[in-house]
Amino acid sequence: MGAMKEFLNSLLLKELFQGLVVTGRYMFARKITIQYPEEKTPQSNRFRGLHALRRYPNGEERCIACKLCEAVCPALAITIESGERDDGSRRTTRYDIDLTKCIFCGYCEEACPVDAIVLTREFEYHGEVRGDLYYTKQMLLAVGERNEAQIAKDREQDAPYR
Amino acid sequence: MADVRNFTLNFGPQHPAAHGVMRLVLELDGETVVRADPHIGLLHRATEKLAEERTWVQSLPYMDRLDYTSMFINEHPFVLAVEKLVGVDIPLRAQYIRVMFDEITRIHNHLLSIGTQALDVGAMTMVLYTFREREDIADMLEAVSGARMHGAYYRPGGVYRDLPDQMPRYTANKFKNAETVRKLNEARNGSLLDFIEDFTNRFPTYCDEYETLLTDNRIWKQRLVGVGVVSPERALQLGFTGPMLRGSGIQWDVRKKQPYEVYDRLEFDIPVGVEGDCYDRYLVRMEEMRQANRIIKQCVEWLRNDSAKGAGPVITGNYNVAPPSREKMKGNMEELIHHFKLFTEGIHVPPGEVYCGIEHAKGEFGVYMISDGANKPYRMKLRSAAYTHLSSMNEMAKGHMIADAVTIIGTMDIVFGDVDR
Repeated sequence: MGAMKEFLNSLLLKELFQGLVVTGRYMFARKITIQYPEEKTPQSNRFRGLHALRRYPNGEERCIACKLCEAVCPALAITIESGERDDGSRRTTRYDIDLTKCIFCGYCEEACPVDAIVLTREFEYHGEVRGDLYYTKQMLLAVGERNEAQIAKDREQDAPYR
Repeated sequence: MADVRNFTLNFGPQHPAAHGVMRLVLELDGETVVRADPHIGLLHRATEKLAEERTWVQSLPYMDRLDYTSMFINEHPFVLAVEKLVGVDIPLRAQYIRVMFDEITRIHNHLLSIGTQALDVGAMTMVLYTFREREDIADMLEAVSGARMHGAYYRPGGVYRDLPDQMPRYTANKFKNAETVRKLNEARNGSLLDFIEDFTNRFPTYCDEYETLLTDNRIWKQRLVGVGVVSPERALQLGFTGPMLRGSGIQWDVRKKQPYEVYDRLEFDIPVGVEGDCYDRYLVRMEEMRQANRIIKQCVEWLRNDSAKGAGPVITGNYNVAPPSREKMKGNMEELIHHFKLFTEGIHVPPGEVYCGIEHAKGEFGVYMISDGANKPYRMKLRSAAYTHLSSMNEMAKGHMIADAVTIIGTMDIVFGDVDR
């Protein structure tokens, strides 16, 4: 009896049709495809994208050139030079991140004692030549300015976990 | 008489079925493989040497990039090795979180392995379904670490941050109305733990679908049954571990034999094969996913009870190993000093040597480290399972048809970041 059943199943392509039922069902099911770039997948508030340098609400730069991020960066992507500003405070004269070296581990953000360097949610950027991905202090501050509201919100949300 | 010689074929390094950058030199007699000679090293990034130049914590993100199909689990032996050298206690909650993400990445890995193996032998649809689930898993990894692949989430002494209490959600747009989005977000309304639990409830159904598509399928069986048979004795001699060894019928699993973290508190079974062919190894991987799902469920339950009691710490309070919380760091001088010392000098590890092996998705993944008391390892050696498995390529492929070479590469589940390091 068992052999007979097996023979019939084999002859009538039972397992192939069972597979077709699975694929056929999904043919009529709601598609899971996301129509990027018009719509996007949900993004976590911990997302680690493009770097940004932040400012205090009064417009003062946060970074105090302690160089912790430079020290901890595993890929040696950060270059900092510091100097005394006219008002006597210690600030960076150069803050460069080479995005072609960066591995987006987030250690710089973790190390920063004043929340100056952060990783934003921004991930859609490109460079047409190699040098375009070498971000200078002005570029990083600009990223911070255009994302400040989102950055502050995400940091506030994640503060209890850190 | 004409001089008849075997045909030598260069398979890869750009062949999509070579699973990365492997150059396989095949010597063919007609369509039969006489000799298979894998050439490796095209993805060599000198991770072991780089680790000698970096502090213990700095080396950690490089572990993710070894086997880039199962990321978090790679970090595990590294942090275990450092913890063993330093002799630090890890909070129980951190251990559960790590085990949970180990098993999540195990599913992540096996989904890719089975999906691409099916793709290689001609079952195009499978990979679409497995990547659907991989998407959910990538969302979990992103929610917890901030990166969909290279998380850098485990730390010596625990994990970086606790699990988030909310999941990111879909928003309505011109393709999806509010009702569709509400349905999509159903699983995302709670915390990450709720999302993971929802996934574990759905996952067995998905596994059944994969099995319907593959397990009994005559084409799949024709391609896999009896291909690449390895006897149990030979599997041991070749140094196989993981699903490759268990496919040959040997019940060896580091999680059971030398339990690390909380595996001795969890219930799960070790599936083994009988014949030792590609088909058995596929069945073992399939069952391992179901078992991993079971482990995740138990971890979710424990973590939820723990959260209800007021979640404990997820990283050790020893400031010589792990940085203090940001609030403390900003408020106290002592903690600020620890913070600066840790991020510049890193952890000071007493001299000694240590080997830590764990049950990676592909087999035993081990880290052997020698410390001379500095803030960097004197030497680090990585033992990757796929490298050992690949070395048996010639033995497994010999005598099979050229198309079977693809099946055998698929069943080995090799990833070149892992093999070449």
